[in-house]
Amino acid sequence: MSRTLAVFKREFASYFNSPIAYIYMTVFLGLAGWLFFKGFFLVGEASMRSFFGLLPWLFLFFVPAITMRLWAEEKKVGTMELLMTFPVTDTEAVMGKFLASFAFLLVSIGLSLVLAIVVAALGNPDPGEIFGGYVGAILIGAAFLSIGLFISSLTENQIVAFIVSVVAIFVFFILGDDFVLMGVPNWIAPVFSFLGLGAHYDSISRGVIDTRDIIYYLSVVGFFLYLNVKSIQLKR
Amino acid sequence: MISVKNLTKTFGRTVAVNNISFEVNRGEVLGFLGPNGAGKTTTMRMLTCYLMPDSGTATVAGYDIVDDSLEVRKRVGYLPENAPLYLDMDVVSYLEFVADIRGIPSNEKLRRIKRMVEICGLGSVAGRTVGQLSKGFKQRVGLAQTLIHDPEILILDEPTTGLDPSQIIEIRELIKEIGKERTVILSTHILPEVEATCSRVLIINEGEIAASGTPEELHSVAGGEDSFYVAIKTQDAQVEEKLRRIAAVREVKKLADLEEGYTRYLLKSKDGGSVGEQIFKAAVENGWMINELHRETLSLEDIFLKLTTKEKSE
Repeated sequence: MSRTLAVFKREFASYFNSPIAYIYMTVFLGLAGWLFFKGFFLVGEASMRSFFGLLPWLFLFFVPAITMRLWAEEKKVGTMELLMTFPVTDTEAVMGKFLASFAFLLVSIGLSLVLAIVVAALGNPDPGEIFGGYVGAILIGAAFLSIGLFISSLTENQIVAFIVSVVAIFVFFILGDDFVLMGVPNWIAPVFSFLGLGAHYDSISRGVIDTRDIIYYLSVVGFFLYLNVKSIQLKR
Repeated sequence: MISVKNLTKTFGRTVAVNNISFEVNRGEVLGFLGPNGAGKTTTMRMLTCYLMPDSGTATVAGYDIVDDSLEVRKRVGYLPENAPLYLDMDVVSYLEFVADIRGIPSNEKLRRIKRMVEICGLGSVAGRTVGQLSKGFKQRVGLAQTLIHDPEILILDEPTTGLDPSQIIEIRELIKEIGKERTVILSTHILPEVEATCSRVLIINEGEIAASGTPEELHSVAGGEDSFYVAIKTQDAQVEEKLRRIAAVREVKKLADLEEGYTRYLLKSKDGGSVGEQIFKAAVENGWMINELHRETLSLEDIFLKLTTKEKSE
């Protein structure tokens, strides 16, 4: 536990050791805010639904940017050899890194509360819906992070990690989309609709928090973290 | 302290380490010597639990490197080749991170870090970012990192590469000092380094142990032969003949005519003990003038070349 914490602290601090974290957060918030308010004043409704609809698409690019360096850089610089010879288990190292990226994502999501405050000041939004939206965003963000982190462990090139992560997350996200389901054989459609990251998100962000959806996201996170541990063990 | 039995590691079709066995005792400084790609780094990586062996076993400080990997890693300080470091951290927070991950209690952390900064001469750069340091300082930060938990065993992969001569001497002294009550394995392809720091040498070539022993033992293994260079001035036509008659001399070769009538000869002898004296005696008896006489023992360099090239030609 203390060793997971050591890895976590190092990784989290290293986001802020360079200006990247600040640039990242500014761009994320600026883009989210602009895209949201562009439509917000046209519709004239005090709701954040469009914001939460937008969020997975922003995460599609912003999450791989958070995870791409986590393993790839260690391999490139050679510090992988240090980390793997310190007395940490592979699981502790993976957890430390995942939690650090998760904490960074939470800070970014937390900053977007500014938008909620603005909306609340302008009208009477449904607090249940906003709460559900944030829960959904945190869960889908965690799932995206676990995929991105796993892919970063497969390469030593950050750019490759970024691009492959975007593609992989995109595929998992649209898997349960109606548009995709129309194109696949009937017998496999329920499987796709269950596995798709997007389908589970829609109901949560509408404010319907179902334990099955929560369990689904936690399983996805668990599955990819497990793959991550295995991919590191295989290289020993 | 370290016991290695039939360790083997292959990458695809290349056999990096082939059935290596050896032992290292407490207080010994063992040098791994070998050309690039001989398997030194791979062996070290297995002993530090970075790589898993394909077959064979090894115990480090009494723990198996596969079954008790975590216990092994707790007791070993490892400096990988080129001393990789987290470049975005400053020196002190980097050492703090290592202390944390090594489980050093927080009340002792600061004291240890201070000591490391002092031992490794990092005082002037303590607050600087690791990535901005010179190669020599990076190497020292790496060394501080390997020592911070006071390990029983140190494994250093080419600890002096990229350092300037005075830094090399400093680091060697440091290793020698540390090696007194610990077990050290270091790899190098700089031969004088082995002679300067190691109590025992393991010559590795193409994944196998080509020779092992103290530097002196290796000398005799390689059929140690001494060379004597002597410059003589005389009218005597039978110089070469007379030199050859000296008991242990196997071969005499005229090398070059020097200025002022001197000629330089090379004498080779297996039993170098008294050859110098006898040359001197012969010169006195025959009235030769000598203005140069020196002896060269077979260096580790020659032994190394002899052993590693012999392997190849067979």
